[in-house]
Amino acid sequence: MMFLEQVFAILWKDIRCELRSKQTWIGMGLFALLVLVIFNFAFDLRVDNKASVAPGALWVAFVFASLLGLGRTIAAEREKGSMDRLLLCPVDRKAIYLAKLLGNLLFIGVVELVALPVYAALFDVPLFASALIPIVLLGTLGVAVIGTLFSAMAAATRARELLLPILVFPLIVPVVIGAVRATSTLLAPVANDPPWLGLIVAFDIIFLSISMLTFGYVIEE
Amino acid sequence: MNRPYLEIKGLKKSYALKPILRGIDLELNQGECKALMGANGAGKTTLLRILAGLTAPSAGSVRIDGLDLVQDAQRVRRLVGFVGHQPYLYDDLTALENLHFFGRMYAVRDAQQRARALLHRVGLEKRAQERAGTLSRGQVQRLALARALLHSPRLLLLDEPHTGLDEQGNKLLETLVDEHVAQDGAVLFATHQLEHALKLGDSIITLDNGRILSTRRGGDPCGTLPGEQACPLPLESLKERP
Repeated sequence: MMFLEQVFAILWKDIRCELRSKQTWIGMGLFALLVLVIFNFAFDLRVDNKASVAPGALWVAFVFASLLGLGRTIAAEREKGSMDRLLLCPVDRKAIYLAKLLGNLLFIGVVELVALPVYAALFDVPLFASALIPIVLLGTLGVAVIGTLFSAMAAATRARELLLPILVFPLIVPVVIGAVRATSTLLAPVANDPPWLGLIVAFDIIFLSISMLTFGYVIEE
Repeated sequence: MNRPYLEIKGLKKSYALKPILRGIDLELNQGECKALMGANGAGKTTLLRILAGLTAPSAGSVRIDGLDLVQDAQRVRRLVGFVGHQPYLYDDLTALENLHFFGRMYAVRDAQQRARALLHRVGLEKRAQERAGTLSRGQVQRLALARALLHSPRLLLLDEPHTGLDEQGNKLLETLVDEHVAQDGAVLFATHQLEHALKLGDSIITLDNGRILSTRRGGDPCGTLPGEQACPLPLESLKERP
C-alpha cells in the first residue's frame, strides 16, 4: 500500500510540474508532428507501398519524440538536485522507477493521441483504432521501459543528450521491428505472419523485470 | 554507558584516486549540537552527504541510533533530516505542495496539516500557495528547513544552513536548532562562519584535508575538550587552500 502511495505521489508531482512548466509535452508533440510531415514529403507514397512505408514513419516519429521526453525525465531532477532529495527519502527505488515509467507512458501517450489522427490524415491510412491500441500501448511500453532506465544512467553524465539515443536505440530494435510489422499487418494482412505482438509482450516483461531490479543501482551513486 | 546517537569510525571516502576523507572518527550524542568547520575542500559536505546516505563511504562505519548506515539505509533515512548546500525543492510546486509531497514520501501522518504547521513555524504561511521558484533565497532556505523537520527526525544534518538567511532567519534557525536539541535531538552542521559555529555548536570540529584537526568547546574558541587534540592553527586552517 505504502509502495503504491509513493508511486502515485511521485507521479502526481511529475504531472503537476509538467502541466505548469509545459517543457516536455509541447516539444515532444511538435517534434512527432514534424517528423510525420517530413516523412510524408520525403517518401513517394502509393497505394502499393503504403503498408511498408507508413508504419515505419509512424514509429520513427513516436520513438524520436519519446526520446526527447525520456531524456528530460530524470535529467531535469538531476540538474536541480531534486533527485538527490528524493533519494534521501525512505522510498523504495522501484517506486521511483515505476512512477517515472508511468509518467513517461502518460506523456508519450498524450503525444501519440495527438499524432495518430495527423498520421492517418497525412498518410491516408485508416486508424484501425481498436486493433492499433494494443500495438501502440505495448510498443510504447517497451520504449519507455528501456528509456526510463537509461535516462537515469545518462542523466549522471555530461553528454546525456548524446548518450541516451546511443544506449537506447540498439536495445529497442526488437520492439520497434515488432511494432512496425504489427502495424503493417493491419494495413496489409500477411498469411502466417509471426506473432509480433507476442514478441513485444515478451520484450516488455523481460526488460521491465530487469529495469525494476537494476534501477536502484543505476540511480544511486 | 549510553551508546552515542551517531558513531563514525575510520570513515574514508575517495573519488577516483583522490582521497576526500582520510579516516574520520566522530561521536554525537542526543541533545548535542556540533559544528563542522574547515576550508573549502576540507570534506565537510562529503561527510554530511555520506551521513545523509547520499554518498557511499569507501571505508569505515557509520551507525545512527545503532543502525548501520549502509545495511539499514531505509530505516536510517527516517531518522535523518538534511538541509543541503542547495535547497533541492521543486520550483513548479508551491511551498505547501513541496512539503505535502515530501510528507507523503516520509509517510507522515496528516501530511497536509503538518506541512501547514511547519510553514507557519518558519514564517511562510502567507507564501504557502506560491511556487517555490518564485520565493527569495532566504524563503527557500526556510522552506528547506521546514522540509528537513517534516518527519520529526532525531538527527539533523545541516550544510551551511545560514545561506541566504537574514537576521530574522538566522534567529529562527537558532531557535529551531535549540528546540531540536532540547527535545533530545542531535545536530551536526557545517559552516564557514566561526560566529555561527560558536553560537550554535556545543563543540566545534575543524576538518582539514579530510581529517579532524581539532575539537573545541563551543562558546570558547580556545578551550579543548578532554582527550581531544588542541588545534595548533585554529583560524588559519579555516582559510581556503591556495
